[in-house]
Amino acid sequence: MNPRILAVTTGRILRQLRHDRRTVALLLVVPALLLTLVYYMYADQPAPPGGAPSTFDRIALVMLGFFPFIVMFLVTSIAMLRERTTGTLERLLTTPLAKADLLFGYGIAFGLAGAAQAAVAAAVAYWLFDLETAGGSGLVIMIAALNAVLAVALGLFCSAFARTEFQAVQFMPVVVAPQLLLCGLFVPRDEMAGWLQAISDVLPLSYAVEALQEVGAHAEPTGTMWRDVAVVAGAAVLALVLAAATLRRRSG
Amino acid sequence: MEDAIVLRDLVVDRGRRRVLHGISCAVPRGVVAGLLGPSGSGKTTLMRAVVGVQVVAGGTATVLGRPAGSADLRRRVGYLTQAPSVYADLTVRENARYFAALHGRGRADADRAVADVGLGAAAGQLVGTLSGGQRSRASLACALVGEPELIVLDEPTVGQDPVLRAELWSRFHELAAAGVTLLVSSHVMDEAARCDRLLLIREGRLIADDTPDAVRAAAGVADLDEAFLRLIRANEASAAVAAGAGGESS
Repeated sequence: MNPRILAVTTGRILRQLRHDRRTVALLLVVPALLLTLVYYMYADQPAPPGGAPSTFDRIALVMLGFFPFIVMFLVTSIAMLRERTTGTLERLLTTPLAKADLLFGYGIAFGLAGAAQAAVAAAVAYWLFDLETAGGSGLVIMIAALNAVLAVALGLFCSAFARTEFQAVQFMPVVVAPQLLLCGLFVPRDEMAGWLQAISDVLPLSYAVEALQEVGAHAEPTGTMWRDVAVVAGAAVLALVLAAATLRRRSG
Repeated sequence: MEDAIVLRDLVVDRGRRRVLHGISCAVPRGVVAGLLGPSGSGKTTLMRAVVGVQVVAGGTATVLGRPAGSADLRRRVGYLTQAPSVYADLTVRENARYFAALHGRGRADADRAVADVGLGAAAGQLVGTLSGGQRSRASLACALVGEPELIVLDEPTVGQDPVLRAELWSRFHELAAAGVTLLVSSHVMDEAARCDRLLLIREGRLIADDTPDAVRAAAGVADLDEAFLRLIRANEASAAVAAGAGGESS
């Protein structure tokens, strides 16, 4: 890896995103609109007894982690597929660029984009809809950005198994949907059947959601939160290593 | 000085099909070598093998004295793929600057490469909005920008207007005069006459490897197109004789 090449590659990816103003606008605005929807869905629901967080607070906090995960997975899958199908990947691999420069370039560029998305959504949730968390909003955004990096890594890996955009989009329900369903938002993880819990235990998003819930419940970062953050980061690194294995300088 | 490209019995299979049947040739440094042949004859596969992105089934490819695809060749070899491989959602200038930066070159080098391919006026345009010919010139600029010692160009002049085509060819010869080696593929025979050396490939076999004048002399005609036709016929006749001598033909 070469810091200069990594920097120019990250810059190139962000520049491509900047030229696509509509995507940038959708990226930043849509989460806020969806949060608005959720806020009014639960506006007339009675507050849960015993000082538990309101339903909106519980869902919005986890949604802040969902947006970058879902969106960055899709954006990365398509971006990497384009690199493969337009021949730019083959060309890049004939230059001094190292595979890690490209993979980390995507991780940093779209990780930043995910952080920006989470920051806008968090601002809306905290200021407009009075989201209350015991811990700081900075930690929420940090975990959301980490989710974005995880999604980028998974997207880079999955794009190797798609030949067309249609196929790449189909990996979203395969990779993302089970993680959303089993992460503990819909049914608490300890109330699930044992085999579902076992699956949930190996899905990285479960840990990201638990980390967010820890921030929601505790004023100071807890040991559980840091452990969860480490698990998500480890999963991202593992996915990046797997993605690197799919990049071949020579092909048939 | 050693040759820029040396191929020894190079065999390439794609799927179950044999695409190159044991090609041997050498391209000296500082020349424009033309790789001529019809579509599907194996030109792109041969170029990919030289650049080191092709899985090879047998034989060797040596480039600038190193095995093709060696890590240190990545800064010494420039490659233009047949389909323009540039980012459609970046401007011409941004593309050139990115590829320049990968080779450790600055913005001035990038701007010069863009001007050299006649895209100076379109430098600020998104590549996605360019015509096909302009797009492939943008791609060419990105192949030249690293000032490589060997430049492999897969059909660089397709779709270019005649004036520009002439300019590009004179640019290629300037580079060769400065010691750079160029391997340029084409399926247009009138471009063959502009090359210092010719490699004629057909159905994965090398039919001629010589200067244009020597190819004309060998065939006994002044027209290169006609010369190639004769060489192909002579080649097929000798192949038929060989097959007959070998008993059963497969």
